[in-house]
Parts: sequence; C-alpha cells; structure tokens
Amino acid sequence: MGILDGASSLLGYPAARLKLLAWHTQEYVRLAGRAAVGMVSRPFYPRDLVVQLDSVGVGSLGIVFLTGLFTGMVLALQSAVEMEQFGATIYIGRLVGASTVRELGPVLTALMVSGRAGSGIAAELGAMKVTEQIDALQTMGVDPVRKLVVPRLLACLIALPVLTVITDLVAIGGGMLIAVVKLDLTADLYLRSVYQTLAQTGFVLRYIPIDFVMGLMKPLFFGAIIALTACHFGIRAGGGTEGVGRAATGSVVVASVLILATDYFLTQILIALLIQ
Amino acid sequence: MSGAAGAETAAEKPVIELCKVRLGFEDRVVLDGIDLAVYPGETVCILGGSGAGKSTVLRLILGLIQPDEGEIIVAGRDMSAASFEEVLEMRREMGMVFQGAALFDSLTVLDNVGFYLFEHTRLPESEIQKRVENALEVVDLEPNDVMHLLPSELSGGMRKRVGVARALIHEPRLLLYDEPTSGLDPITTRTIDDLIRKLQRKLGVTSVVVTHDLESAFRIADRVALLYEGEIVFEGDPEEMRHSDHPYVREFIA
Repeated sequence: MGILDGASSLLGYPAARLKLLAWHTQEYVRLAGRAAVGMVSRPFYPRDLVVQLDSVGVGSLGIVFLTGLFTGMVLALQSAVEMEQFGATIYIGRLVGASTVRELGPVLTALMVSGRAGSGIAAELGAMKVTEQIDALQTMGVDPVRKLVVPRLLACLIALPVLTVITDLVAIGGGMLIAVVKLDLTADLYLRSVYQTLAQTGFVLRYIPIDFVMGLMKPLFFGAIIALTACHFGIRAGGGTEGVGRAATGSVVVASVLILATDYFLTQILIALLIQ
Repeated sequence: MSGAAGAETAAEKPVIELCKVRLGFEDRVVLDGIDLAVYPGETVCILGGSGAGKSTVLRLILGLIQPDEGEIIVAGRDMSAASFEEVLEMRREMGMVFQGAALFDSLTVLDNVGFYLFEHTRLPESEIQKRVENALEVVDLEPNDVMHLLPSELSGGMRKRVGVARALIHEPRLLLYDEPTSGLDPITTRTIDDLIRKLQRKLGVTSVVVTHDLESAFRIADRVALLYEGEIVFEGDPEEMRHSDHPYVREFIA
C-alpha cells in the first residue's frame, strides 16, 4: 500500500508536469496565432512598434557588438593554434567566416537578445500583469495581444536579422584584427578567404551567397521565438513580484532551448532546400 | 432613501444580472450558484472576507473570465456567450477602478486618463486634454498639478482618484470598483467614499463596489450582498444587515 502510494505520487508528479507543459504549449500556439492575425489586421500601434524597435534593436547594439567582436577574435585565436602546425593560417578567414555567418552569428545574437530584451519584455509584461494593467487594457476595450504582443513581435522580427548582420560583420572584423596583428596575415588575404568560403556553398539568384541567406532566415525564426516566449511568460505571470522574476527567468531558459533546437532542425531543412 | 431607491427600481430592468453563476478553479469552488441583480442608478456593495470570490464577481461582469455555469447579463446581453469582439464592445459601457489603480506605468496622468479616448476616438488632442481636465476636476484633483506626472510620482490616494477619472472618461453607464479604499488611511478612505457617492448622484452611474471595509460599505451602499463560501448569504439594505440574525452576518459585522 505504502509502495503504491509512493508510486502514484511519483507518477502523479510527472503527470502534472506534462499537463502543465501541454497547457503552456497550447497557450503558446494560440498566442502565436492571435499575434499573426494581429500583424495583418487593424488596429495597428505604430508608436508602440517604434518604442520597441528602439528598445530591442538599438538597445541591443552594444551587447551584439561585443559578442561579435570577441567571438570573432577567439575563433581566429583558437584556430590559429591548430592551423599553425600545418602552416595553414591563411585559411583562418574561411573558418571564421563560415562558422560565424552560418551558425554563431545568428545563434549567439539570438541568445544575447533573448537574455537582454526577452527577459526585459517578460519582466515588463509580467509586472503589468500582476499590477492588473493588462486587465485594465482589456477593460478599456483594447486587445493586449495587439497592443503589447504584436509590436514586440514585429520589433524582434525586424531587429534580429539586422543585429545578426552586425554580429557577423563585427566578428569577421574581430577575426581580421587577430589575423593581422597576431598572425601577420594581410587584411586582403584574410577577407579573400572569408569570401571564398561563402562562395563555396553556391549562390541564390546568382549573387547572394547561400550561407548568407541561411544566416538571415534563422534570425526571423529566432526573433519570433524570443518575442513570443517572452510575451507568453509575461502575460501568464502570477503570484506577485516573485512571479515577475520567474517569468523573466523562464522566458530566457525556454527561449534559449527553443533557439538551439530550432537552429538544428532549421539547418537540416535549409541544407535540404538550398544545397543540392 | 436607500430603501426607497431599491423599491422604485424593482420594476426596472437590471443593468447587471447574475443567474446561478458557478465557477471553480481546479478543485476549489469559488462561486457556487450565485444570483445577483443590480438596478440602474444604485450602488451595490459586495462584501466578504479575503478569498471569498468578491473580485471574481467583477472579473466575471467584465468578461475577463468565463463562468463554468450560469448567465451574466450586462445591459441586456449575455457576457458568458459573447464573442471576444462583442465582449470588447460591451466593456465600453463599463469603467473599472482597480485595487492598485492599475495605471499604466509608462504613461503620464494625461495619457492614462485619456487612454480610452486616444484609443477609440478620433478627437483632437486638445479636446481630449479638455475632457481629461474635467474628469480630474470631478475626482477633486487639480489638473495642472498632476496631468504631466507619472503614476510613480503620485500618492496612493491620488492614484486611486486618477484611476477613477480614467474609468469615467468615456461616461460609462456602469462603474465597477475593486477594493477602492484598501491600503488608504481613514481620512482618504472617507474622501474616496464621498467621491463614489458624489459620482452616483451627479452622473447617475450604476456602481458595483467590492470591499471588505464594512464602514465604507455602509456609507456608500444602497444595497449590500455578503459573500461567504461561494454563496450570497445576505442581500439587502445596510440597515437590514445591521439587524440580521444570520450567524455569519453577525460574525462579519462584529
């Protein structure tokens, strides 16, 4: 009897977790659907969009710059150690270029923006929720999804690709800095090798490197994940100020995992679609 | 006065009618089949201890949550069966004063109070500003002093007043108050009570006030309803309540 009790509570715990997970998934998908409708139908809130673009986009510039710079530098430094053994340091540009544009640029940018802007969004909406400001919006005949979620989603969708390009460029620049200063390569040689690796996988519409297209498709998905996850956690926050903290943490953790998982599957799909 | 108001309005159609409303969260029953009617122009106080489901009643009336069973009829329309768009539209008939005022942190008093008009009308800004000034005067605030302040720069009592001004800017027929005097000192409490009374008399709005403050309820209510364990155990005018011999009513008054 006692053992059975233990077993049922052991089973009961994951069952409750699963139920909660299913509920979160359902609400998340519903929120995404309503936000999608909100993006294409009135009323729009352009002023809120501008505010969010400033906060998500412009506000993340510094952190994205630093992320790109140090990532590019460390990539060049690490690969130099290996490549020097074979006298292959001239290929450092290839390594930095390929890994940044394909993977590290989009993923690191998304993770950093999730940590900075995503947590901010979750905390802000969470605070609005627990102080009944979201209820107040609804009371005044305003749909919180249109007023709060859609501007944040659009801001992330617009800002993420731009920030990713900036990260890519700064990282390639950071790699160049190391290549020139520490490895005595010329900037020209380094950049040529960056270009070679991008040209290697082929072009879309003749001129746009496939790597670059893949690198810009990803941030769109990541932007949606950051905004929707943060909004979902914010709007569902409960339990006072503690709940606001939980919303912020939860949103960053879930968004990060979703970003990394999506990155894998997206890469598979894009490779299948773009590279024959 | 209050008894007469109740009698003469009995023949009118209620503004709000709750019929056999049941609601539970997980395995806890919050409201167990309550009936309540609110008639035009009267102030009804819903009393009850903490966690008795008082605020839930307001949220149901606003359509922020749906009942498990029963009907909630507001101005002749059933909130529980309305679509999302219909609910949004019906809320325009109502103004809600939240417990913590729920002013938007990032907006000034002017933008907070004028929020409804900025959202739903194409009035020029100068006209909105004029209406905001009027609304602030109604709640006894000096417009020029507070209009450009942020909510964080206001005292508790002022926030409540701004909350009231925001709720009545679009001249709703129905004002809902959630614990309007909680967290206020006795003097400010009294002035907020007077304000609620004044709005009823001056603007003729119907009010539903949720409170656990007995004194304040007796000051403002035409009728009171006492919630206990998911049911309305008493409904009547304040004078009747004082003389009721229902055991929980006696306990609550004592």
